[in-house]
Amino acid sequence: MMFRRVVVLSALFACFAWFLTVSAHAADTIKIGSFLAVSGNASILGDPELKTLQMYIEEINAAGGVNGKKLELIHYDSAGKTKEANDFVKKLIKKDNVDILLGGTTSGETLAVIDVVEQEQIPFISFAGAIEIVEPVKKWVFKTPHSDKMAVAKIYEDMKKRGISKVAVITGNSGFDKSGLKQLHALAPQYGITIVADETYDNNDTDMTTQLTKIRGTDAQAVINFGLGKAPAIVAKNIKQLGIKLPLYESHGVATKEFLNLAGDAAEGIRLPAAALLVAEKLPDSDPQKKVVTAYKAKYEAKYGPVSTFGGHAYDGLFIAVEAIKRAKGTDKAKVRDEIEKTKGFIGTAGVFNMSPTDHMGLDLSAFKMLEVKNGNWEIVN
Amino acid sequence: MQFLITGITVGFTYALIAIGFSIIYNASDVVNFAQGEFVMIGALSTISLHSRGLPLPIAMLGGVAGTALLGIALEKLAVERARGSSVITTAIITIGASIFFRGLAMVIWGKEIYQMPHFSGETPLRLFGATLLPQHLWVMAGAVSLMAFFWYFFNHTLFGKAMRACSYNKTAASLVGIRVKTVLASAYAISAALGAISGVLIAPISYMTYDAGTMLGLKGFAAAILGGMGSASGAIVGGLCLGLLEAFSAGIISSSYKDAVTFIVILLVLFFKPSGILGKKEAERV
Repeated sequence: MMFRRVVVLSALFACFAWFLTVSAHAADTIKIGSFLAVSGNASILGDPELKTLQMYIEEINAAGGVNGKKLELIHYDSAGKTKEANDFVKKLIKKDNVDILLGGTTSGETLAVIDVVEQEQIPFISFAGAIEIVEPVKKWVFKTPHSDKMAVAKIYEDMKKRGISKVAVITGNSGFDKSGLKQLHALAPQYGITIVADETYDNNDTDMTTQLTKIRGTDAQAVINFGLGKAPAIVAKNIKQLGIKLPLYESHGVATKEFLNLAGDAAEGIRLPAAALLVAEKLPDSDPQKKVVTAYKAKYEAKYGPVSTFGGHAYDGLFIAVEAIKRAKGTDKAKVRDEIEKTKGFIGTAGVFNMSPTDHMGLDLSAFKMLEVKNGNWEIVN
Repeated sequence: MQFLITGITVGFTYALIAIGFSIIYNASDVVNFAQGEFVMIGALSTISLHSRGLPLPIAMLGGVAGTALLGIALEKLAVERARGSSVITTAIITIGASIFFRGLAMVIWGKEIYQMPHFSGETPLRLFGATLLPQHLWVMAGAVSLMAFFWYFFNHTLFGKAMRACSYNKTAASLVGIRVKTVLASAYAISAALGAISGVLIAPISYMTYDAGTMLGLKGFAAAILGGMGSASGAIVGGLCLGLLEAFSAGIISSSYKDAVTFIVILLVLFFKPSGILGKKEAERV
């Protein structure tokens, strides 16, 4: 006991001494702490996120900063590892003394730092997908990407419009697939949908005709394939090979040009929910997001090449934070947190954000567009 | 019916890879765990050459030759340096090599998914109410002709027999005038080339990524073990059994238990007949 008290006291003293030496410097800038998976397995997500933050922080600073102060980005590469993420967040809060945290590329990293964030009472906007991050609501934690639950709801909504009530589900064995499958089962009753077949495959399988033959033998009116990578393209090709005529729905996980190339002809007629950013040019002018997504896309592509939705999550997070700091007229952590929670009608790349004390994501189903593949390209269906 | 056709087509895919395992095993008693990576590299390099504008057959030749060179390099630079060490050590070297090849492929080709054109179109063929793709026939033809080559090579050519002799006893083989080093290097070259050929045949159906070799290698290894290591007909029988088991367990029981059912059957077979279905009972080597 005694030992711990000594440690705490000396730590406090050290912090105080350190604070005295750097406080003069700290007052000059608004410190944004970020930890992203720029290397490692999730680097395709983390890399555009960091580039987006750097690009816009430079732009904001060139225009005079926020509340007359420059933004300063302090970034660590977590490589997608939960342990690293946790260590870096502690370092960002205690050593770098940041004003706000942005980041957490993967859901695993984000969930791993929530306890620290709540304990240290610092506003944190995550760029990760899992619904568990904001459900139940944590006081200091917010997130910008849409969740798989919304993707499922969007698919079911579209099915209801087409009069489909019996579906066959086929999913892979990755975390993304499994989480999607859970939501497919959870939301089905709400939309009056019955799942008549539930098949799985290994993401490295080369052939899914067995599972699809079983699906052909049921009275399903449509097939949902919630997956990532090459497997969904094989599913689409196998469906064509077997001559199955049922409508096929994919998840937002394959909303990429790559999928269109891989599946080729077999992709025709496939429907999937996706963020507005992917179809920026095709949005009607009346769409409130049109201006934001086309501007972001043009800017990012001019500097780095093809845009991805992941960088968009970072854009949304950064500007929600900046707006909140402006409204709070400073960087008082509690005030900034309150202002983030009051974000209303903020138009981002993922959709229109309306946060509240019970909703720390603030997106609704309109954030997703239902797309259909026509002539090898995406079309928006309403 | 579709289950049967799917089982057979997938089974031949595994059989193709299993044959590659058998060659190195026949020459040196070593299981080459980098075999799956040869499959991947063969396919990816063919795709790269093809996308540079080379016609498909020439790209294939290039891909297969390149992979064969890689096989020789593996033998010369890693396996040969460790000669005299136990079979286990050599097998572990090949595991290391497989990780290295995978890393190398990631640097060269990135994490994208690559596709390759089908050799003769994608119009499905109908057969007794089931469908299969023309490419599946290519895979079957490839497996059968490789098996024939394999059988002829090991039983009717001097070089093939020399290779088998090396497996039985390296010292004795060198005493009767067999150049063991050359034989071993060519065993790696041939099996790398076979791996590359199977990769090229499979890629149009399954796509190819830098990390696809691991799973393909594992399934091929299981097929080779099941059928009896070191025998080409065993590789085909093992591959077919594995493919059919997967298809029927997914079709009749549940797709979630597909792999579990398959591996339980493999375990049972090995439990009662450790040398595999077609494996010969070997005399104890002392």
